Amino acid sequence: MIEVLRSGPLTTVQDLGRFGLRHLGISQAGVLDPIAFRQGNLMLGNPENAAVLEVSVGPLFLRFTAPCRIVLTGVDFAGSISNPNAPTTQQVLPGHPTAIATGSTLSLLRPAIAGAKGYLAVSGGIDVPLLLGSRSTDLNNRFGGLNGRALQAGDYLPLSRQAPPQPGLNTLVRSFAPSHVLRALPGPDYDLFDDDAHQQFWMQPWGISHQSNRMGMRLKGRRLDLLQPVNLLSAGVLPGDVQVPNDGLPIILANDAQTIGGYPRIASVIQADLWQLAHMSPNTSVYFQPVSHAIAVAAKLHQSQYFERLSEQLQQARQAD
Amino acid sequence: MSIPPSDRPKDIRVSLVGEDALLFAFTATTAADVPIDVQQRVWQLYGWLDLQREPLGLIEIVPGMGNILIRASQKTLLNTLQDLVLTHWPQLKDIDVQGRTIEIPVSYGGADGPDIDYVAEHCGISIVELIETHCSRTYRVYCLGFQPGFAYLGDLDPRLILPRAKTPRLAIAPGSVAIAGSQTAIYPSESPGGWHIIGHTEVPLFTPTKSPITLLQIGDSVRFVPVGEPR
Repeated sequence: MIEVLRSGPLTTVQDLGRFGLRHLGISQAGVLDPIAFRQGNLMLGNPENAAVLEVSVGPLFLRFTAPCRIVLTGVDFAGSISNPNAPTTQQVLPGHPTAIATGSTLSLLRPAIAGAKGYLAVSGGIDVPLLLGSRSTDLNNRFGGLNGRALQAGDYLPLSRQAPPQPGLNTLVRSFAPSHVLRALPGPDYDLFDDDAHQQFWMQPWGISHQSNRMGMRLKGRRLDLLQPVNLLSAGVLPGDVQVPNDGLPIILANDAQTIGGYPRIASVIQADLWQLAHMSPNTSVYFQPVSHAIAVAAKLHQSQYFERLSEQLQQARQAD
Repeated sequence: MSIPPSDRPKDIRVSLVGEDALLFAFTATTAADVPIDVQQRVWQLYGWLDLQREPLGLIEIVPGMGNILIRASQKTLLNTLQDLVLTHWPQLKDIDVQGRTIEIPVSYGGADGPDIDYVAEHCGISIVELIETHCSRTYRVYCLGFQPGFAYLGDLDPRLILPRAKTPRLAIAPGSVAIAGSQTAIYPSESPGGWHIIGHTEVPLFTPTKSPITLLQIGDSVRFVPVGEPR
């Protein structure tokens, strides 16, 4: 078990999320950064979709009641381990599998970039009940994860007992650095916007509003206007879709976004770049870059090839140990 | 795309959404209301595609208002998916999907329906007439979305049509029965929203641990039944 001694707001249990249920109004949920998520689980030799903690704001203090190995990925959270029987605290190197002894406390202080997400993977995964095919927390509808909510002091997180005994690896995986350029394809309602809106959308740096959350990234900049006001019929939407509500300021839909929407969609961020939503900060800005469908598909393939290579390399390293 | 434009069913608009989804719109996207016969075909199309989720590798099939969004894995090329849907659409008959009929007991007005006075006043009818009108129709579940189990129910009696509130409420209680435009709905979970709340029901609409997960399914018929005295 892991005992939560203290948690800042919005530490949640997440895996890749829920799929195939959007026709019932059920959102995807799941990690905002699937790259950091996969890296952590691969480094530990975990099942592919083992649940992790997504950490938004520090600090997070956890006490382990059983020996465990962990990997921190995503944004650097200045992790350290302290043990009542050891005089010094040990820094946790990001991306490096680290053993934690029974009774030790793991501290994550704050993200190196405010607003960016960090991930804590534990050997075997966090064993909250599987609900509708996922262990992810749906914060809006209060189900999944640990009691459908963010972690609080006093919570206990069950660890999987079926953790495969993987040897510890003396190697690390590097975090991806966000470029803050989001490649995108024009959306179904692109032609409803005027020429100036098209130019503004692709050319201007977009600020990130403080009101951004797991439902959507709200952008700040010069407003985008339609050729004429429209009242669209409600239609299915997906994470990555860029909606423009009446105030003319785009929202990039994220994992917890609702399943049906009625605002004009100017574009969709390609899937290979969606992980960057986890690294948007009110102090950063982003650009949209138009790409072809072929580039979008190739970028996704490129990413899955990266994971195949990483998986092979780790397997070889384990055999060599 | 392999279907020549001249042979395509008319009035269907197909758009790419991201790299792996297609949106098929079967009516003008800005039509005020979707004809029920079009929506019945959307339900049939959903049922037909749902049976092929596995073989076609369909990740999501989301019926909307007069449209359907389909997200596909690499198993099926988007061109192939487009051909499948456009070829199948004209073969769908104007027949009704036989959904279930579900009665929803509603406590109208008072704290359960804080907007009932506003709605009655702006529609120019009494509260008793409002309740009778709301309960007089059998509504169809056009589609589900917005929240788990949130059903878009239509069509509302034209006398009850009001635009959404200019300032949305920050928190609408679960079980709230609301109206907006030509639709009525029940909020399964707490949420902000701009619909007008006229009543409340205790019936659970979304139970993630049970099967079916949502009480209402597309094509179902819904009747509201008043309980207690309006307050």
